[in-house]
Amino acid sequence: MSPHLILRVVSKLLIPMIVVFGFYVQFHGDFGPGGGFQAGVIIAVAVILYALIFGMEEARRAVPPAVVRYGAALGVLIYASVGVATLFMNGAGEPLNFLDYDALHPDQGQHTGQHYGILLVELGVLTTVASVMLAIFYAFAGRVPDIPDEEW
Amino acid sequence: MDMLASLLPAGIAVHAPALIVVIPLIMAAVAAFMPKGLWAWGVTLVTAIAVAVLSLNILGQVSTGGVISYAMGGWLPPAGIELRVDMLNVPLLLLVGIVGLLCVIYALPSVADEIAKKQQALFYSAFLVCFAGLLGVTITGDAFNVFVFLEISSISTYTIIAMGAGKDRRALTASYNYLVLGTIGATFFVIGVGFLYMATGTLNIADMAAVLEQNGHDRVTQAAFAFIVVGLGLKAAMFPLHVWLPNAYAFAPNFVTAFLASTATKVAFYALIRFVFSVFHPEVNFVAMSFTWLFAVVGVVAMMVASMQAVFQTDARRLLAYSSVAQVGYMMLGLGMGTAAGLSASMLHLMNHALMKGALFMALGAFALNFGVRRVKDLAGLGQTMPASSAAFTVASLSLVGVPLTVGFTSKWYLVTAALERGWWWAVAALMISSLLALAYVARLLSAIWMETPPAGKAGIAPARRLAPWMVLAPMSLLAFANIYFFFHADPLVGLARAAANAVMGGN
Repeated sequence: MSPHLILRVVSKLLIPMIVVFGFYVQFHGDFGPGGGFQAGVIIAVAVILYALIFGMEEARRAVPPAVVRYGAALGVLIYASVGVATLFMNGAGEPLNFLDYDALHPDQGQHTGQHYGILLVELGVLTTVASVMLAIFYAFAGRVPDIPDEEW
Repeated sequence: MDMLASLLPAGIAVHAPALIVVIPLIMAAVAAFMPKGLWAWGVTLVTAIAVAVLSLNILGQVSTGGVISYAMGGWLPPAGIELRVDMLNVPLLLLVGIVGLLCVIYALPSVADEIAKKQQALFYSAFLVCFAGLLGVTITGDAFNVFVFLEISSISTYTIIAMGAGKDRRALTASYNYLVLGTIGATFFVIGVGFLYMATGTLNIADMAAVLEQNGHDRVTQAAFAFIVVGLGLKAAMFPLHVWLPNAYAFAPNFVTAFLASTATKVAFYALIRFVFSVFHPEVNFVAMSFTWLFAVVGVVAMMVASMQAVFQTDARRLLAYSSVAQVGYMMLGLGMGTAAGLSASMLHLMNHALMKGALFMALGAFALNFGVRRVKDLAGLGQTMPASSAAFTVASLSLVGVPLTVGFTSKWYLVTAALERGWWWAVAALMISSLLALAYVARLLSAIWMETPPAGKAGIAPARRLAPWMVLAPMSLLAFANIYFFFHADPLVGLARAAANAVMGGN
């Protein structure tokens, strides 16, 4: 029987919920406290918890370091390309400035474009923050070997 | 100028102030995706060309159409973030753009030699982030935004300096020292900005100045001034706050040293000018006091002490790094005169110094690339084995001393004229003594290069001539040539420097 069985069972239950909560924080970000930074950290925490309980090898298989590296860059790309996209999508005929989210949706009265814009930007933040948190964790945790199960 | 202004189609030119920061930032992410260093270098080169073109275009736009103000996200200043270009920051944009491009060309062989293959793509990515940060500090019209971009550039600078660890592990401690001091500097700066926000209720630089003029300067703004001067002074390597610089320059990869020496401290110095002149008024009592008793004094002490320290260095890059601290002293002295002439001399020296130090560090990089030499005594005989690089090095180092027929003479001439206009004879004397000290340390380098014989190789055979790769030679020779060219055609640079000083001092 595997050691720390309870920890494993409980964390298996918790991890999906942590991720769901992360997304809740993400999408609630434009109405209340929350947003990409916090959500990114929470989602990274889910993976870190997985690594703590099941070991670095398992975590590396679930979220490979290459994914982490490209994720960090991808988030910045999402973020910046929202700004660049607004340069090309001229809202209401007149040219808009960099990061003017109003260009993203024709409904100017409700400022729907502003909502879309912040959601997209926060998505980029989420990707980068989660990836960078994991990259830091991998870099530090990868330096010492895992404690073998017998030594617990 | 009209030609430059119409360099780009109108649709792009309108957004040029935003694009010049955004393109390097996006390309940094793209470079991180690249599987090979060469591809990442390609991305970097394309970016640097785009930035150079944009900076030329912005110069054209500003000189024909006046100040550009760009509202980020359509949120109008002072509430929104404003990108603002006037004649003061145009020279800096040009400097970062064009010297940056030359450095990037130089980077390929140098980085291939110094950085592990696996890390090259990420190295270029970090460099582009630094590039974007420096351009951001230069172009933004928002005080808090200055802090953000300053941190963006600094944090990536710590990384790229630490990557010199492949050749010399001391790069790690140098970078760590810089990290600690740089963070303290950034904290001081942001505390100062916080005080200013408290006193004025705005973060827009132009708006701050307007509110301060109306409300007068109270204790809070005086504290803000002190914090900002210390914070930015640290970034600009103002004399007692320069201790991070020599090691950072000595152990960073050669390309990084060449780039940072010609741009990073200059951008911080620009930010200092922007705050001292545009936010706080130079005629306010405590600001005027700080000119004479802080900037001028610190400048003169830097010119003496740092030059003296440079004379006794054994590492060639450390020697030039101390000389950089001394040259920052010249700029501080110009700033401390508090006159339009002094400030324009200071701006002129800023640009000229970038030309000299760019060429000098590139040449030292070429020596290191071919022979792996770093110490002054190892430079022996390079005049025979690498004549082209040595010639470029010689021109730039004569310019550093301020020998006639080089730009170094031009900017020292303007500094001396400005000092005499102010009646500061002691400053003229300090300039002369410091130039003599510069002659002393440059003579050490040049005599090693030209007078001594190259060390005999195996079996007593003198080493053959070895040409540096053309990608190293071309940008280096161009910079060295610029050191002579702008002596004979001083008008463009002097004009830029005058316009910069007038932009903040008013008058003509």
